Amino acid sequence: MTEALRREDVAHVAKLARLSLSEEELELYTEQLGQILEHANDMSTLDLEGVVPTAHPFGLINVVRDDIVRLSLSRDVVLAMAPDAEDGRFAVPRIMGEAP
Amino acid sequence: MTLPGSWEMVVGLEVHTELKTATKMFCGCANHFGAEPNTNVCPVCLGLPGSLPVLNERAVELAMAIGMALHSRIAPSTFHRKNYFYPDMPKDFQISQYDLPINSGGYLDLPDGSRVTIERAHLEEDTGKSTHLGGSGRIHGAERSLVDYNRSGVPLVEIVSGPDIRSSAQARAYAAELRGILIATGASDGRMEEGSMRIDANVSVRKSGDPFGTRCEIKNLNSLRSLHRAIDYEALRQIEVIEEGGVIRQETRHWDENLGVTSTMRTKEEAEDYRYFREPDLVDLAPEQGWQDRIRLSLPAMPAERRTKLAERLNAPTPAQLDAVGVVIDLDLEVFVNAAIDAGVDPVLAIARTANELAGGIEGIKNLTPDAFTATLLMEQSGQLSATQAKTVLGELLAHGGEPAGIVAAKGFEQLSSDSLGSTVESLIAENPDEWARYCEGDEKLAQFFIGQVMKLTKGQANGKAVIAELQTRR
Amino acid sequence: MKTAQQIARDVRSGESSAQSELDASLAAIRGRNEELNVFLYVDEAGARAAAAAIDEKVAKGDAVGPLAGVPIAIKDNMCQVGIPTTCSSKILEGWRPPYNATVIDRLVAAGAVPVGKTNLDEFAMGSSTENSAFGPTRNPLDPSRVPGGSSGGSAAAVAADMTPIALGSDTGGSIRQPAALCGLVGVKPSYGLVSRYGLIAFASSLDQIGPFSKTVMDSAILLETIAGHDPMDSTSLPEPAPSLSAHVEDGVVGKRIALVRELIEGADADVVASVNRAVEALKDAGASIIEISIPELHLGLSAYYLIAPAEASSNLARYDGVRFGLRVDAEDVEAMNTATRTAGFGAEVKRRIMLGTYALSAGYFDAYYGQALKVRTQMINAFQRAYAQADLLIGATAPSVAFPFGSKTSNPMAMYLSDVFTIPTNLAGEAAISVPFGTGEAGLPTGVQLLGPGRSEAQLFAAARVLELAEVGS
Repeated sequence: MTEALRREDVAHVAKLARLSLSEEELELYTEQLGQILEHANDMSTLDLEGVVPTAHPFGLINVVRDDIVRLSLSRDVVLAMAPDAEDGRFAVPRIMGEAP
Repeated sequence: MTLPGSWEMVVGLEVHTELKTATKMFCGCANHFGAEPNTNVCPVCLGLPGSLPVLNERAVELAMAIGMALHSRIAPSTFHRKNYFYPDMPKDFQISQYDLPINSGGYLDLPDGSRVTIERAHLEEDTGKSTHLGGSGRIHGAERSLVDYNRSGVPLVEIVSGPDIRSSAQARAYAAELRGILIATGASDGRMEEGSMRIDANVSVRKSGDPFGTRCEIKNLNSLRSLHRAIDYEALRQIEVIEEGGVIRQETRHWDENLGVTSTMRTKEEAEDYRYFREPDLVDLAPEQGWQDRIRLSLPAMPAERRTKLAERLNAPTPAQLDAVGVVIDLDLEVFVNAAIDAGVDPVLAIARTANELAGGIEGIKNLTPDAFTATLLMEQSGQLSATQAKTVLGELLAHGGEPAGIVAAKGFEQLSSDSLGSTVESLIAENPDEWARYCEGDEKLAQFFIGQVMKLTKGQANGKAVIAELQTRR
Repeated sequence: MKTAQQIARDVRSGESSAQSELDASLAAIRGRNEELNVFLYVDEAGARAAAAAIDEKVAKGDAVGPLAGVPIAIKDNMCQVGIPTTCSSKILEGWRPPYNATVIDRLVAAGAVPVGKTNLDEFAMGSSTENSAFGPTRNPLDPSRVPGGSSGGSAAAVAADMTPIALGSDTGGSIRQPAALCGLVGVKPSYGLVSRYGLIAFASSLDQIGPFSKTVMDSAILLETIAGHDPMDSTSLPEPAPSLSAHVEDGVVGKRIALVRELIEGADADVVASVNRAVEALKDAGASIIEISIPELHLGLSAYYLIAPAEASSNLARYDGVRFGLRVDAEDVEAMNTATRTAGFGAEVKRRIMLGTYALSAGYFDAYYGQALKVRTQMINAFQRAYAQADLLIGATAPSVAFPFGSKTSNPMAMYLSDVFTIPTNLAGEAAISVPFGTGEAGLPTGVQLLGPGRSEAQLFAAARVLELAEVGS
């Protein structure tokens, strides 16, 4: 059985998902997500030991493509989409930490 | 370096190698280092909404080749998403193999006879590249950053060793040997300076016989020298912390090449929650036996086998000669050695000239043919050229190409006639009566003295063996 | 309004022209789009050029495709070069894709004329089209009610005679439920039958593109046009498109059809009555009918509301303000990502992103996501057992007729329950069709759902046609 969802869980998840929530939203989402998870508890009582999880509806395997170069997009088109660009690159505000 | 007291380091390496495919891992954009920023990009490798990945067959084959060279088991595998936000990662997740990698287990034998086990070698995609503006061009203190996605989606294989490495020298030897294998399989160009091979090192220390200590991961070591230095620094740092009564915290550390120190990047508590789950846009990978067999059959000989084969051409080789054999294999120069030996050149000479002169001028190697190399060495062996002259000829061949005979003539490298050599030797005997007397009494070391003097007077144009012959006729 | 089949026939024969058919479509859009909020963007210039090109081909005697000159509406989560594609989200406002979805290329090759992009629940998350950042779509049959969702705009386009056919996407019922609520035929094809390349992902292992139409034949023609292997989608079935229109008149003689208790349980009485009448019609047409129970279907909703949000939380990470779409500036990149996503996503999208992030996070994965994947296996096995007894299954599409605006928006669980009959098909990767059959409250249409195993579309169309004949008599 899984324990009830807490406010701090929702706050943590929001941070992982890069969303910021007001106090009221935090309250509301904790309640709503809690209800959904409670509904999902009908699954947690099932004994599914040994059942193979299905991540794909069909058992296709080895779908590959030939290693042949295709046309890339034009850089002008690519950078025209960018909220900010400089010197042929996408520009972003400062990055605080190294990549994990 | 030896560690103080009974301390021992325990090291495992994660080597990331970019695969030498024509296209990226999941799209048809060119996998090409050095292109203008954001010119090799498409909806897939930019992570545009609606785009989908399709796996590059060649990347799978190169991953299998690496696994086979490392004696791994090739098994049915899957792809996962590793979720974290970072601007150089267009989808904000990385597609990587996780609990079911394409290659599991295996080992790599090093030239010193030690064996390092391989835990896995799996496929994953590379990220883009950021440039930092303002500050000092480094990430810290930068005002803003610019991102180029040309590298985004380039195929990588991550090779994870067991915690079997016990010294920085062994770590270096492992990385070098692995690099040789990656080049031999055609999987990688092994260019560490271009980032096509990058290493993370997991380092811990313990007293011999104790259980493993807490490990720290040093990220992104981009040369064999950095690997060596960073591991030594980190092991000593950990020993110092422990000996001063502290404890090692599990963390990720950054190596500063300029300062020669590692520093905390992220502690375990700050570690991301990657929320790995199966990549629903890709299907399982389970290379059938026939496909595996085709790759296995196309595998060339690996460096270890080639070293053994070449060393067999030497009679009771010395450690220095074995090192030279290693250099020949590392630089893929066997074709020169074998041609020379087959034409009758002494294997010791053939290997020495290859490991020294050819290795030293490797950037011009395309100017040199095995025939020209062989002809030069035959002239040296017959006494027609002195060692110094032969080296000069090889240098010239590497720099500009051409024919050895022509170079010999152009340089005026005709050997001194025995007449003029004889008179030079006689005048030296007259000028050095003490040395001559000791030589006559049987002190053979003095032959070297006279050879040296003759070389000086003739500016290296004499042949050492001919000098000895002249000395002996007068003794 | 003419069917797609009639339009294509008339355009090919010269009796009509692509341009005049387009004029009729554009006139209908002008007439009611403001009231109903169906189209977010109408590509009049592009459509006129495409129609003129078709007419020119016909005039020269060149071959034109099976959908020659047929105006079609596209749900605004499919990429079309240069055409604003928003997913009804502020986060994508103004973005114009530099590439076409595979379905767009195939439609154009078949001579269809895409007229514009239709409203949806933001990122296809919803069952009423009330979650659009650009306002709700109204049900053309009763503008005080929802058209269903998430493909509410595409359903409304066809129901309001703006286009004879439309494309939607179905992740948990997003084609079939609005089809039922708008009185249309709507198909959720077998997973992998239609390429997802260029369909902006909600939940990758569940999403499928499919047709809306007024007639069974039109859906069959549209589906066989867009189906078939696509090398750009690794999950695309390996075979070429099946022939479907040729099987529409196959009938159901000798077919075994099972009424599934769980697929009418909890539905309104008039919806159940329609299903029962449909069962009688199929029996009259020669099918043998049995009644079965598939208790595993009860677990569908729970599994779906973990699997779909989990995949969505990852699929929607890329809306980070770096490469395209909205950016809300901030001091550093992490703050910029957060500000952008907080401003750009609506409440339901945030709810599902957080739910999915939670289900995948360390410590909860096995209990939630892992367990849901196992339930998915149970679901597939249960369907397999059912299909050992019957060729097709039958039940309701939605528990009720179209509901009034605002009646379910305050309680997410109540809204999610409107997909309870459609979700199992997506989890199993199988095929289903919703056929308008009978009416319920306020004279609004009710939908009957026929379900089949993977690749059973031809049989589903044949059975659906039997119901269409029983209802309309032509």
